[in-house]
Amino acid sequence: MSAKIVVSWSPDDFGRTAIEHAVSEARLRSASLVVVNATRGDSLVDDHYARGSQVEDLRRVLTETAVPFEIRQSMGSDIADQVLDVAEEVAATLIVVAVHRRSPVGKLIMGSVAQRVILGADCPVIAVKP
Amino acid sequence: MESLDLLWGGLSAAATPENLMWAALGVLLGTFVGVLPGIGPAMAVALLLPVTYGLEPAQAFIMFAGIYYGGMYGGSTTSILLNTPGESASVMTAIEGNRMAKRGRAAQALATAAIGSFIAGTIGTMLVVFLAPTMADLAVEIGAPSFLAVILLAMVLVTGVLGSSRLRGFIALFVGLTIGLVGLDLNTAQSRVDFGSTLLADRIDIVVVAVGVFALGEALWVAAHLRRKPLEIIPVGGTPWLSREDFGRSWKPWLRGTAIGFPFGAVPAGGAETPTFLSYLLERRLAGKKSEFGQGAIEGVAGPEAANNASAAGTFVPLLALGLPVTATASIMLAAFQNYGIEPGPQLMTEHSDLVWTLLASLLIGNTLLLVLNLPLAPLWAKLLRTPRPYLYAGILFFASLGAYAARQRAFDLVLLLVFGALGFAMRRFAIPVLPLILGLILGPTMELKFREALALSGGDASGLVNEPLAVIVYVIIALAVAVPLVLGAVLRGRNNTPSGPTDPSGPADQKEMVS
Repeated sequence: MSAKIVVSWSPDDFGRTAIEHAVSEARLRSASLVVVNATRGDSLVDDHYARGSQVEDLRRVLTETAVPFEIRQSMGSDIADQVLDVAEEVAATLIVVAVHRRSPVGKLIMGSVAQRVILGADCPVIAVKP
Repeated sequence: MESLDLLWGGLSAAATPENLMWAALGVLLGTFVGVLPGIGPAMAVALLLPVTYGLEPAQAFIMFAGIYYGGMYGGSTTSILLNTPGESASVMTAIEGNRMAKRGRAAQALATAAIGSFIAGTIGTMLVVFLAPTMADLAVEIGAPSFLAVILLAMVLVTGVLGSSRLRGFIALFVGLTIGLVGLDLNTAQSRVDFGSTLLADRIDIVVVAVGVFALGEALWVAAHLRRKPLEIIPVGGTPWLSREDFGRSWKPWLRGTAIGFPFGAVPAGGAETPTFLSYLLERRLAGKKSEFGQGAIEGVAGPEAANNASAAGTFVPLLALGLPVTATASIMLAAFQNYGIEPGPQLMTEHSDLVWTLLASLLIGNTLLLVLNLPLAPLWAKLLRTPRPYLYAGILFFASLGAYAARQRAFDLVLLLVFGALGFAMRRFAIPVLPLILGLILGPTMELKFREALALSGGDASGLVNEPLAVIVYVIIALAVAVPLVLGAVLRGRNNTPSGPTDPSGPADQKEMVS
């Protein structure tokens, strides 16, 4: 049970899909999950940052799956870095991220968290789509 | 009823499609800046000053009026949904409004705030329509010595009596007066405080100071305090309609709030914080023991919201009748008047009456637009809060620099902008209010002019300053306004024999920057 899977989670469809895949991977590899929910903390309201009730919902879902897990919420200047830092800290064997389509304009002004996680990770990364 | 005829004329002038567009734009911008905490109507008007150089005066004022009322409105949205007041006058709304939202009554809280603001704004504007001409008629009669005294009274009241700290208020006032001195003396063309530089001889543009202190200072402040945990927003569900019971509980607080708010705006007493606080206290007392105050009482939202809009309307009385601004937003609107070569003062209503009546009419129009736009759009406004602040403040900095440069196309103005931005940041850091600075800057030169006029009339004899009865009365009021709190404080301290700080009537409001 030493293998650890880091999953980047947000309280939406993408987060749910990432969790589903991470759970099935965790069963295959008999690994434990480290759920990372990160925010840059620069806007007044960040929908990707889970509130207390949403974290409780996730905790309940994960408890039912019987996969060992921990949930980490963090704040820093870059979301991808926060995910990668956790992966390095726990010596993750796998990272699970959800990806979504980006428009050309979106590519121009906004970075993709998933892209930077995939390129920056030292371990295999599974990219899933809802 | 002459006023009504003139107002009707103003309405027909304001209701052209083009002017309605400026009103709608102003209202939208105003709500935008009201919703976002830290960005207030004063900053929005300051940023827009350079933009309006290309507009007709009437159109510019129509837009400013929309921003002013819209800002008062927008503040209630964040107060209710986030428990974060968008501007200082919404602090009281946050107390009960956020509790209501947590109990699933966000829509009702927003509705009572919007309707209350509409009613108070409309009644307040009608009162301005009837009061301002009368006051202006009286004001035209008063001479230079009395006018000097009235300006002094406004400064003392705003700075010393009503602020949370007398010392900080006067520091800000004197900084403002000093900035107003820079450049060539308007009477004798002697250079003053310009450090021998010809760049400063031209006097400092109010736009640069206002944009620097409000926009740049605020952006620097936010940059220095950027990382905070995101707040939890409460979703707005259900219909934004008041039940019969809600309505029954709201209408009296709306009217009482209006009655409290308007006089506070109309006398040079500065700010909407005091009347909103008083309105909240009154509603809590009237509600009696069994009240749900503290758990989300609708009266606690209806009263203060009406009070803050009524006081916003009230500030137009001294602004239009005497040329005396009592809030930061009104000060900057006055600076806009000056940009069009319109001198603030009692002549405003006689010499530019068409402009004034168009402005008053557009206040009524803007107020109605606000109600129409805001009842259905509140959830949409709440989405604004998801904008990352770096984007927002980068935009503000861009427009601030553009505006400061556009005024005179001198690179030196950008240096000045940085200097005043640093000043604005320092003032936030040391909790020095901005209003006295702007007031000193704008009224300082007028005050000096009246001072010299009065002395010239008496041939340089100091008695020329007090040779009008009104001037003497006003000086007595100033003396009382300064002395009474000091004496009361001394007496109370002597009785309790314990050192106590000055009690602040605005309560939590003093933690927020007073920029309304």
